[in-house]
Amino acid sequence: MIFSAIAVLLLPVVAAAQTAVPDEATVASKLATLEAATKSAQSAGDNAWMLVSSALVLMMTGPGLALFYGGLVRRKNVLATMMQSFVLMALITVIWAVVGYSLAFGGDSPFLGDLRFALLNHVGTAPNADYAATIPQQTFMVYQLMFAIITPALICGAFAERMKFSAMLLFMTLWALIVYFPMAHMVWGKGGLLSASLGGKIPCFDFAGGTVVHITSGVSALVCALYLKKRLGYPGEAMKPHNLVISFIGACLLWVGWFGFNAGSALAASGLASSAFVATHFGAAAAAIGWILAEWLHHGKPSVLGGISGCVAGLVAITPASGFVKPFPALLIGFCAGVVCFLMVAKVKHHFGYDDALDAFGVHGIGGTLGALLTGIFATNAVNDGFKDPTGRLLPLGLVDGHPTQVVNQLVGCAISWALAGIATVVILKICDRFIGVRATKEQEIEGLDLSLHGEEGYIFEN
Amino acid sequence: MKKIEAIIQPFKLDEVKTALKEIGIDGMTVCEVRGHGRQKGHTEIYRGQEYNVDLLPKVKIELVVATARVEEVLRTLAFAARTGKIGDGKIFVYEVLEAIRIRNNDRGELALN
Repeated sequence: MIFSAIAVLLLPVVAAAQTAVPDEATVASKLATLEAATKSAQSAGDNAWMLVSSALVLMMTGPGLALFYGGLVRRKNVLATMMQSFVLMALITVIWAVVGYSLAFGGDSPFLGDLRFALLNHVGTAPNADYAATIPQQTFMVYQLMFAIITPALICGAFAERMKFSAMLLFMTLWALIVYFPMAHMVWGKGGLLSASLGGKIPCFDFAGGTVVHITSGVSALVCALYLKKRLGYPGEAMKPHNLVISFIGACLLWVGWFGFNAGSALAASGLASSAFVATHFGAAAAAIGWILAEWLHHGKPSVLGGISGCVAGLVAITPASGFVKPFPALLIGFCAGVVCFLMVAKVKHHFGYDDALDAFGVHGIGGTLGALLTGIFATNAVNDGFKDPTGRLLPLGLVDGHPTQVVNQLVGCAISWALAGIATVVILKICDRFIGVRATKEQEIEGLDLSLHGEEGYIFEN
Repeated sequence: MKKIEAIIQPFKLDEVKTALKEIGIDGMTVCEVRGHGRQKGHTEIYRGQEYNVDLLPKVKIELVVATARVEEVLRTLAFAARTGKIGDGKIFVYEVLEAIRIRNNDRGELALN
């Protein structure tokens, strides 16, 4: 009887011991749920950051660049200048959707994508594992679109105050197809010739677009300035910035927006994004100081125009380097860009006498080239651990890692972008001039493009 | 009746207005103009491009007064507008043929304030 009493007392204990150990199938299924939840949380974080970054980059064009450029021209051309940026926000979007995204990121050939994503076919919420495995491909597509928008908008700085609007529309359409989509594919596309992480034959480090965005637009800008020739009255007549206040606002919007441009190029809300964010900011700050100092020493007064031009030059130069360099090299890159671009704009341009009205070549072309080359020097796997050999060991990146030949690769990347942009722009300009005529007439230019091409005035103070 | 046209330094406008009001002169027309006599301008530099700005901002005051009051007005105006430096400005006096108050058709010196 005592044994049965003990057995009865012990029964719940035995029963409890049996249900405390779950079986293998339950554990496996719990782990799978946990993994899925972690992935989902990571995707949510990444996607949130990338959508914000996309918005920030669009803001760089409108109103950032529109205000920056708009304030630098004469009052009679302020709207026409802003219209150039604005219309590209619309035009490039359509071209991108129809064929651009596909030509940039479809397939794996070395020079140009295919048409698998034409009309955004297959581009939905599922990630594209080749490019950004944790976010919907739509997010990646729309993020890249914002880059495709701002790149041609930068060129407008060269032909400001004298380009026909209709000719610009044709020019930009052809430029996107012939220069931007191939360049984007070569540097960022799978199998692209210059791709660093997706099987390129000549890996070139360009984190956010030093070659793709700044060199191509900058060099094209120079070609445009030379082809369209100088504005009437340049350089004797006074062509002062009519509203530095709005240029200032535009420049600050560019600085803030650039965090989306560079840190967003990490394509994730990751440590690399933080690193790129910091490098970007430091580059801008040091460049502003560099330009201000150079100007102060050279002309005797530090100017607001110098400060904002400097910060933009620094942002340009740090663009290819942002996800590869440490903070203090970023300061150095920025400072160099501030000084070099100041000299380009204040001395070299006047020496050669070309009318790059808003210094698109001096800042973007030269700043981008400088940044791309310095990336070859300062890129380090201490910042970017995405490059490993088959055994899983980190590969050395730039000169500071003991890999000086990277600078040669950077040179090749620069040379290809210079060549493609330069040659293609000549051809495109000739085509546009043949069919539409690129330069506004003397009368239109004197009256001002706002009135003559758009029928509007920017400021009406009487009412 | 005489028209007095004074081109003065912009920062002197308040002082001149006050001084004229104190001697009972209320009506005037003021506009912002640019110009220079012997005053040197200044240099502005934008991205390395130098500009000499020699048309300087000034203020032009126009008033029409009864002939009897002209001397007093000229003295008051010049005294209030003077700093003693180059750039103080100039005053010109013209003959006026007619003056009309639009509200009630007063003519001649009656139309003046």
